[in-house]
Amino acid sequence: MDIVSIEGLDKGYGAHRVHRGLDLAIRRGECFTLLGPSGCGKTVLLRLIAGFEQPDAGRIDIGGAPVSDPAGNVNVPPDSRGIGMVFQDYAVWPHMTVFDNVAYPLKIARVGASELRARVLETVALVGMEGLERRLPSELSGGQQQRVALARALVARPSLMLLDEPLTNLDANLREEMRFEIKELQRKLDITVLYVTHDQEIALAISDRMAIMDGEGKIRQTGTPWEIFEQPVDPFVFSFMGIANFVPVRSEGGEYLVGEGNQPVPWEKPVVTAARYAAGFRPSDLEIARSGDGLQAVVVRANFLGAMMDYLIEVDGARMRTSVETHEAIAKDLMFREGDRCVARFRSLLWFDAETLKEAAQ
Amino acid sequence: MKRRGFGTAQVILFLSIAILVVVVAVPVLLIFLNAFWVNGSFNVADVIRIIREPDTWQALVNSLIIASGTTIGSTIVGTFFAWLVTRTDLPFKRFMKGMFLVPFMLPSFIGALAWKMLLSPRAGFINRFFMQNLGFDGPIFNIYSYAGIMMVEVMYLFPFVFIQVCGALERMDPTLEESARISGAGLFTITRKITIPLVLPSILSGALLIMLYSMAHFGTVAVLGIENGIFNIPTLIYQRIHQSAGSFASIRTGTVLAAILVVAAALILWLQSKVLSRGHYQIIAGKSFRPMELKLRALRMPLLIFCLAYIGFTIVLPTVVIFLVGGLKTYGLPFTWENLSLDNYKFILFDYKVTKDAIWNSVTLGFSAAVITMFAGVMISYVIVKMKVRGKGILEFLGMLPFSVPGSVIALGVILAWSGKYGVNLYNTVWIILVAYIARYMAFSLRANSAALEQVHDSLVEAARVCGATMWQALKDIVLPLVRPGMVAAFFLIFLPSLRELTVSIMLYAPTTRTIGVAIYTLNEDGETVMSAALAGIALILIIVGETLINRFIKTERRGG
Repeated sequence: MDIVSIEGLDKGYGAHRVHRGLDLAIRRGECFTLLGPSGCGKTVLLRLIAGFEQPDAGRIDIGGAPVSDPAGNVNVPPDSRGIGMVFQDYAVWPHMTVFDNVAYPLKIARVGASELRARVLETVALVGMEGLERRLPSELSGGQQQRVALARALVARPSLMLLDEPLTNLDANLREEMRFEIKELQRKLDITVLYVTHDQEIALAISDRMAIMDGEGKIRQTGTPWEIFEQPVDPFVFSFMGIANFVPVRSEGGEYLVGEGNQPVPWEKPVVTAARYAAGFRPSDLEIARSGDGLQAVVVRANFLGAMMDYLIEVDGARMRTSVETHEAIAKDLMFREGDRCVARFRSLLWFDAETLKEAAQ
Repeated sequence: MKRRGFGTAQVILFLSIAILVVVVAVPVLLIFLNAFWVNGSFNVADVIRIIREPDTWQALVNSLIIASGTTIGSTIVGTFFAWLVTRTDLPFKRFMKGMFLVPFMLPSFIGALAWKMLLSPRAGFINRFFMQNLGFDGPIFNIYSYAGIMMVEVMYLFPFVFIQVCGALERMDPTLEESARISGAGLFTITRKITIPLVLPSILSGALLIMLYSMAHFGTVAVLGIENGIFNIPTLIYQRIHQSAGSFASIRTGTVLAAILVVAAALILWLQSKVLSRGHYQIIAGKSFRPMELKLRALRMPLLIFCLAYIGFTIVLPTVVIFLVGGLKTYGLPFTWENLSLDNYKFILFDYKVTKDAIWNSVTLGFSAAVITMFAGVMISYVIVKMKVRGKGILEFLGMLPFSVPGSVIALGVILAWSGKYGVNLYNTVWIILVAYIARYMAFSLRANSAALEQVHDSLVEAARVCGATMWQALKDIVLPLVRPGMVAAFFLIFLPSLRELTVSIMLYAPTTRTIGVAIYTLNEDGETVMSAALAGIALILIIVGETLINRFIKTERRGG
């Protein structure tokens, strides 16, 4: 069953349209990530769900009941939507102790003193902050403040929790640690999480399902992390999930030729038809060797990155990046120098219509 | 926000607009109406006729002369001292910096009174000393002159430039100067090519503030100028209103002058915002750096003595004179132990009805104005800074008005609005002074409260909303506790200056509604010099104690928060 369902949502500021006819459904109990480049309108969508913004048209349901529906004159204020939310800047109240911060939702709900105390302590312990209840936010580190924000969003046991890039302001190690903890909490408490981020690594790590939003606020693909990573529907999604090579391919007499030259792509032929094609693959999906079958290529740039060797090679005017683990390169005589000749083969390759590529480049 | 939205947001917006309209916009509007609207029609020719009347013209010219002289003098003095205490190895720099800010607290008209006692042509202590002991034929300096007025104004206004330039010099990244030095530039070249261009916006902005303040300044010119027939715009407005008991012709002259003052003030503030926005280089960051210090070497001691002499001459001497004269049995007696006592102070505090009333009036008026303006200011700032409602633009415009309306203009506008012509007559009551104080100090409250509110990030309120708090609960639990320091600051920023307020009160007082400022001024006018000085002394004590307390409060708030 869907806990959040959004239909035909329109939202704009003046002449600028952020969302046009957007549909989205989030299932109860899942960890759903909304992934998109900055400024794409994902935070606006989160704020629409929270009730801080009103849609121009369309409808939002939470738990089966409409909360925003301009046509039906429905607009439930944020305080009556029964959600928890964690903000990018933590938004921990600086004049309240950790205890008071976490206790606030229960105080508003008029929970009795002894139950309040028990639940606050339990939630504080849940996020690993026991013993720090008396501290003021100014005496806490960024990661600890984020835990307080998390505890505050969890304490009233909302069925839906919204997280707006909550880990962006933390340093790399802490970010990694926190993302596992969030996932863990979500599973343990069986709540639905809607997580908004521009960081594909976090999205892949914590999501049950995810949606990719493009710069115009349009959802390109929804699916499991595996589906998104392995079966991207278009070059935009493909390139958003990591470094991508797009090589122009032209079709001539039933052959699919790379760049300007006459070498056919050593891979299955595309099933769709297009005027021009683009072959998409990640650097790790391109294998190079001194000799053997494959595309004849020249090494244009060789870069030693420590654990990896990074090469830029050229095949008949088409350039592509590949990487080889340094110790493997040494073992297999793959330490190329600029200007060396090599052959290239694919481990994996996806066909795209070259027309859709321009769009992705934007 | 269609159904629920009307309710809270609109009500607050409407209330905020209503307060600013009634308190500030209507009085200003009435001034322009009375200036340009003659017998039911728009008349510019008559405005020009009034401006060309000799007295009016002279007042305009005088305002310009005094303001220009004061601005130039203060800018030189302020920039020089700022450079000295931030960029050189002058001894006791922290102490000096504190002392140079003291004139901020002292009311300039009390300073003017002190200088009148010291340098009036015949009776001034310094002039008399020179004539009696050193054989001078005449006074060495006549304080009743343009030069005298400008000198006193510079002494009390230069901190505006001083504080701005100090700030800019302290925040300036020293690597900018160091990289110039590495490039081979000498100290003189660095100062000319790097330092001065970088602090110029701060100097100009401080200078413009002084220009604005001096043009609209009443006290010093009233004390030192009227004797010799030197009037500026505010003193001429006062004289016309005061002498004619509200006749039509005099009110019109007043409104024309006031209108000019408002336009000039708006122009200056506009210029200042231009200067500041152009000067917003990345370079002047918020951080504090350790700037390069110039070794003064042989000049170190002479400059130290110069600074100490300046402080002694402009701050200590006038203050001491006020207290000493306040202790004299009769003005004119020499300062000997037999002639000095605390009787005057006791008399004005406990027995003299005029001064007792004045102190009571000032304290109650200041307190009420501060409380009302503090709450009104926090509400209006909240709408401007935080709320997203249609019609906010009007409020933003109205919110700028209090900044560009000088005191004498407010007083005149309030007379026009509340003298019974529009149904309510507050003239000759304390209420009209209260209304004028609220208008006059609204700008302070708006500034302090918006600054505090800017610090309260929107997400703090939104976090409370998703926790289940209604808008009112979020305001009460989150916003109010967080802006409380701003509100307290606003309270003191209004309460303390209102204790020494003169410009507005002098135009609105009735025999029973004198304020401290009015009492000091009128006692002096009536020749009660010792009583006037004693009351001024008490005002100084009140102000200094108050300022010390507020500074301590701000410091602890900063440490705690």
